[in-house]
Amino acid sequence: MEKSFKIEVDCANCANLVEHAVAKVAGVKSVSISFMTQKMKIAFEEGAEIGQVMKEVEKTAKKIEPDFEIL
Amino acid sequence: MNRKQRIMVGRIALTVLMTAALHFLAPTGWLRLALYLIVYFIIGYDILGKAGRGILRGQVFDENFLMAVATVGAFSLALYQRSGDYLEAIAVMLFYQVGELFQSYAVGKSRRNIAALMDIRPDYANVYQEGKLVRVDPEEVPVGQIIVVQPGERMPLDGVVVEGFSSLNTSALTGESLPREVKAGNEVLSGSINMTGVLKVRTTKPFGESTVAKVLELVEDSASRKSRSENFISRFARVYTPVVCYAALALALLPPLFLIFFQDAAWSAVTFETWIYRALTFLVISCPCALVISIPLSFFAGIGGASREGILVKGGNILEALTKVRTVVFDKTGTLTLGVFEVNAMHDGSDNDMHAGAEQLLEWAAMVECSSSHPIAKSLLKAYGKEVDHSRITDIQEVGGKGITARVDGRQIAVGNETLMRDAGVEPCHCRTVGTLIHVAVDSRYAGHIVLGDVMKPMAKEAVARLREAGVTRTVMLTGDAKAVAEQVAAEFGVDEVYSELLPADKVTHLERIMQAYPEGKVAFVGDGINDAPVLSRADIGIAMGGMGSDAAIEAADVVLMDDEPLKISKAIRISRKCIGIVWQNIILALGVKGACLVLGAFGIANMWIAVFADVGVMILAVLNAIRAIYVRKV
Repeated sequence: MEKSFKIEVDCANCANLVEHAVAKVAGVKSVSISFMTQKMKIAFEEGAEIGQVMKEVEKTAKKIEPDFEIL
Repeated sequence: MNRKQRIMVGRIALTVLMTAALHFLAPTGWLRLALYLIVYFIIGYDILGKAGRGILRGQVFDENFLMAVATVGAFSLALYQRSGDYLEAIAVMLFYQVGELFQSYAVGKSRRNIAALMDIRPDYANVYQEGKLVRVDPEEVPVGQIIVVQPGERMPLDGVVVEGFSSLNTSALTGESLPREVKAGNEVLSGSINMTGVLKVRTTKPFGESTVAKVLELVEDSASRKSRSENFISRFARVYTPVVCYAALALALLPPLFLIFFQDAAWSAVTFETWIYRALTFLVISCPCALVISIPLSFFAGIGGASREGILVKGGNILEALTKVRTVVFDKTGTLTLGVFEVNAMHDGSDNDMHAGAEQLLEWAAMVECSSSHPIAKSLLKAYGKEVDHSRITDIQEVGGKGITARVDGRQIAVGNETLMRDAGVEPCHCRTVGTLIHVAVDSRYAGHIVLGDVMKPMAKEAVARLREAGVTRTVMLTGDAKAVAEQVAAEFGVDEVYSELLPADKVTHLERIMQAYPEGKVAFVGDGINDAPVLSRADIGIAMGGMGSDAAIEAADVVLMDDEPLKISKAIRISRKCIGIVWQNIILALGVKGACLVLGAFGIANMWIAVFADVGVMILAVLNAIRAIYVRKV
C-alpha cells in the first residue's frame, strides 16, 4: 500500500532529516520526501492501520521540524 | 514571494537601517550593548529559537545551532574583550539570513517554473448537457462521451475525432514542434493543444487512464526516486555537521591546552580568545546548505528539462545511470524501423513471381491474420485493402513467435514463418529476395509466400551515429526477423552486432548474455513496448519508445520517449551528462571552498566575514548553477 501526501517543508535538509526519522516509524515500510515537488510518498507495512501510522508520522515530523505540514 | 519571505525582507531592511544608524550615532557602554542586542534579536530571533528548541528535543546539530553558537560566541567575545565590536555577530546573522532568503526565493521560483513546465493538466472538458455546451471536470467525463474541443484549448481526454479537422500541437507531450493534422477517425491524445478548428471527440479512456494523467503521475513520481548522489549528500549532511561541531570544540580547547601543558606557558599568557574565535569561524563555514539544496534542484531541473523535450525520465537515479551507458540494445521493429511493412513481392512454391494467384494468396494471409495486433498482420490487412468477412473464418490459433493458423471457407490455412510450415508438415521454399517472408500453406500444401519489407525510420542511421558520439561503444540489434533481413538492416544502420530469429522469450536471455559479457558500463534496451516489457525491466535502463503505446511498457521502462524518434536516445544521454556534470561541479565547488575556508579559518587567516561570504556565496552560485540543468533544448 503506497500513498502520496502533499506537504509543506521549508528547507531541503529538514526534508532529509524528517525522511530519516519517519522511515523508523512503526508501520512505515519506506518513505521518500521530495523537497522539490513538496510531496511525501509512504509505503505502509502490510496490514498497518494507516490513520494510526499517519498520526505517528506527523508527530515525528513535527518533532524534527515544527514547520513541517501535511496538507 | 510568500508571507514568510516578505517578513524576512522587512527584518533585513530594518537591520541594515538600524546598523547604519548605530554606526553613525556610535553610542557607548551599556547603551551600545543594549541597542546592538536589539538589532541582533530582530535579525536572528527565529534562528535562536529553532536552535533552542533543537537542543531541548535532542536534535542538536543543525545549521540553526551552528549559526546561534557562532554569533552568540562572537557577541560574548566582544563583551569579554570590551572591544564593543558587536557588528560582526550581527553581520554574520544578516548575511546568513540574506542567503537563506535568496535560497528559498530562488528555489521556490524555479521549483514552480519547472512544475509549470511539466504541468499539462487540462482544467475542463466541454460536453453537451441538455443541448448546451457546459464545462465539466475531465475526471467526470465517462468513456464514449462526445466532447467539444475549441481552438486554443487543451485536449482533456484521449479519444477519437468524430467531426471536424484541425491541427494539434503535441509539443507538450512529445517535444515535437511540427503540428499534427487530424480529421474524423484519427486518434487524439490528451495534453495536446487544439490549434485551428473545432473538434468533436468521442472519449476512449477515463481521465485516470488517459495519456495526460499517466505523464503527470510519472513526472511527479520521478522526484521521489532519488539518485545515489542525493542519498550520499543527505547522509553526508547528517555526519558532517556534528563532525564540524566537535572539530570546532577541539580547535577552541586543544591548542591552548597543548601550549599550557607541553610548552609550560602560563594560563594568563594563552590567548584562549583567539582560538575560540577561530572555532566560531569554523562553525559559520560548516553549514551544508549549498550541497543539500543544489543537488536535488539539479536533478529536478534536469528531469523537468528532459520532459519538456518529450523524454520522461523516471528518477534521479535513472538520470545518473544514463551517463554510464556504454551498450545500447535495440529491438528492431518500431525503434529503428517504423514497424510498418510493405508487400514487396509475392512468390509461388517455386519462387516465381505470382500473377494469377497473388490476390488469393494475400486474401488468405489477411483473413488468417485479421484479429492479430502484430505489425505484420496490420500491414497485410492494409495491403489487402478490403473489409474482412469474419464469418468465413473459424478456429483462429496464434502460435507464439511462429504465426497463425485458421480455417477459412472450410480450408485449413497456416500463415507464418518457416518453422510453422515445418510444424504443419510443409516444406517452405527458399526465397531469392531479402525480406521478411510470410509463408502460406493451404490444407497442408505450400501455396506461396509474401515478401514484406520493413520501412526504416529516416533518422535511424543518424541516431546510431549520434549514440557513438555520446560515448556508446557498442550497439546491438535484436529481432525476430530472418537472418538475411536482420543483417541487411544492421549494416544499413551501422549497428555493431545483430541477433536474429529470436522468439520474444529469447530476447531476455540474449540481453542477459550481453550484460554479462560487458559488466563495465550500463546496458540500455530500447523497445517500442509491444511485447518487450520483460526485456525493458531486465535491462539496466529500459527505454520505451513511441510514447503511450502500452501501459505495461511504461510501467517497466525507466525512460519513456513520447514520440518514436530514435535521435532522442542520444539526447537523453547528453541531457543526463549535463545534469550530472552540474551536480559534480556543485559538489566540488561547495566542498572545495568550504575545505579551503576551514583550513584558513583554523590558521586564523580567514575571519568570520570571509566565512559567511564563503558560505552564502557558494550557496547562491550552486543554486544558480543547478537551475542551468533545465536548459537542454540545444544539448
